[in-house]
Amino acid sequence: MFHQVLFIIFGLICVAGAVNLLMQRHPINSALSLVVVMASLALIYLLLGAEFLAAIQVIVYAGAIMVLFVFVIMLLNAGAEEHSPGSKIALLMGVPGVIVLGCLVGWIMISNNKQLGGVSISPTDFGGPHNIARLLFRDFLLPFEITSVLILIAIMGAVVLGRRSN
Amino acid sequence: MVPLSWYLILSAILFCLGVFGFLLKRNIITIFMSIELMLNAVNLTFVAFANYWNERGLKLALSGHVFVFFVMVVAAAEAAVGLAIIIAVFRTRETLNVDRVNLLKL
Amino acid sequence: MDIKTFIIVAVIKIVLVVFILLTGVAYTTLLERKLVARIQNRWGPTRVGPFGLLQPLADGIKFILKEDMVPDSVHKVLYIMAPMLALAMSLISIAVIPFGPSITVNGTTTALQITGVAHSGGGLSDINIGLLIILGATSIGVYGVALAGWSSNSKYSLLGSLRASAQMISYELALGLSLVGVLLLSGSLSLREIVNAQGQAPWWGWLPHWYIFPQILGFFIYLMAAYAETNRIPFDLPEAETELVAGYHTEYSAMKFAMFFMAEYMNMITVACLATLLFFGGWHGPVPQSAPAIVQSLMPVFWFAVKVFFFMFLYIWIRGTLPRFRYDQLMAFGWKFLLPLAIANIIVTSFIVAWRA
Repeated sequence: MFHQVLFIIFGLICVAGAVNLLMQRHPINSALSLVVVMASLALIYLLLGAEFLAAIQVIVYAGAIMVLFVFVIMLLNAGAEEHSPGSKIALLMGVPGVIVLGCLVGWIMISNNKQLGGVSISPTDFGGPHNIARLLFRDFLLPFEITSVLILIAIMGAVVLGRRSN
Repeated sequence: MVPLSWYLILSAILFCLGVFGFLLKRNIITIFMSIELMLNAVNLTFVAFANYWNERGLKLALSGHVFVFFVMVVAAAEAAVGLAIIIAVFRTRETLNVDRVNLLKL
Repeated sequence: MDIKTFIIVAVIKIVLVVFILLTGVAYTTLLERKLVARIQNRWGPTRVGPFGLLQPLADGIKFILKEDMVPDSVHKVLYIMAPMLALAMSLISIAVIPFGPSITVNGTTTALQITGVAHSGGGLSDINIGLLIILGATSIGVYGVALAGWSSNSKYSLLGSLRASAQMISYELALGLSLVGVLLLSGSLSLREIVNAQGQAPWWGWLPHWYIFPQILGFFIYLMAAYAETNRIPFDLPEAETELVAGYHTEYSAMKFAMFFMAEYMNMITVACLATLLFFGGWHGPVPQSAPAIVQSLMPVFWFAVKVFFFMFLYIWIRGTLPRFRYDQLMAFGWKFLLPLAIANIIVTSFIVAWRA
């Protein structure tokens, strides 16, 4: 019961943050609502027993990637957004269409609740750093090394692209 | 005991909101942030299923968490390179509106 | 322990720790002014109370009674939220810091840590990922600085905040990597486990098993990275009085400025606590066996406080002695010197740990 109440609270904060991201006109407000979404997602990960991932979400996603976004918005001095024609039709037809589709999918999933079952807060050390390290450095060692090369390439790419051409 | 379908529905809602932002917004940085929102929604699905299969006794259920780790790494790399591209385009076109970057249009 | 006792004990711990911490912050400002004054061969505040001991009280009253202006062209929501964010993140770090082993009052045993619990079997446990929570709170603290400068809508604030946040995120890397050596030696991210691992048998019978001895390089990297994180001299270019007016808190007055001030000193205390926990053995120290039980429980907290006080003294001593870095020297130092040194420390430590096993 308590678990469900907590999930509903954090889920509502997530969805409110995501809707606020779409409704705001100035990108800095959108960036800050995205930080709120990521923080509440980190709390939902804690509810799912993924404590290491919750910490990594806060440190990497909310604390580094979004800081990068906020930096770029501040540096480029992005102003409020202007509306252009042509997106009104998409708004009028697309939004109700997706809402109907979403309600259909949601109804199908909820009515199959008995087959799917539920998740609960596990008392064991399930998502702890030891277990994830065991997987990451033994079974998934090759993808780990490849992602390190990927990050190196991304760093070089970002430095080259950000350089002033003179 | 929260039903698994609730987590999946939350993830689907976040993903749909991300797609809305990607298609409807005009500022390139906001479009980028909608991409990050979509990646986060997918991460939630991975973590929910990792917990689900762990309770039902699947070995290597924790690979869901490892997958989320890799998604975060790739999202970080993509955000860095994408923002560098945005800054480079801003230096020449002086605008962040995607409708104005249309020099290749016929 | 049933749920009602748990909640009451938790609330008492929170109130006590926050009260002691805020008093500590206030008296750290007095300590800084007196110490820097003595280094510069003058007295410092001596008028308010004996030896100036009531000066923080006078400062607090001044901050509360000052006019709290909000300039016209600021972004109001972010302007008001930024100092609160900085303060909140500093307080979150304190929640996972253990001050000592357990304490038993009136039959209820509880761990001397806000997020620590004592089991009925006599064991103590705390959060598995305590160190990561402190790193996460530091990462979110960058937002307080960045948004403060941007929302003030003035060029000095914007430049100061951009410099300060770039400095903070650069040195976060060296900070995190310098702690990996300690993690390799102790094998856990939980702060209580790390301190317990330093309570093992001393080396050669007399040298305490503190991690500063094998990790002396990691300790110095941590110290320098932490000084840059908390924006203290020699890395305090973003908020120095002679540069950029006052940096990112130019447009702030009274209570909001006091919040930034308190957040900075609380970050200093967190860094000092973390240094004692990870490198100096936390609360380990000689405890007389013949004292009553309550004194025996609080003696470790006394040793912890002595070590934290030593670090605060070191902070203020360095502030009074060294000049500050220029901004490009600062960034070059963080990226080109500290980061490779921290990685080299990790490589050497992991070789030694693997060779021993």
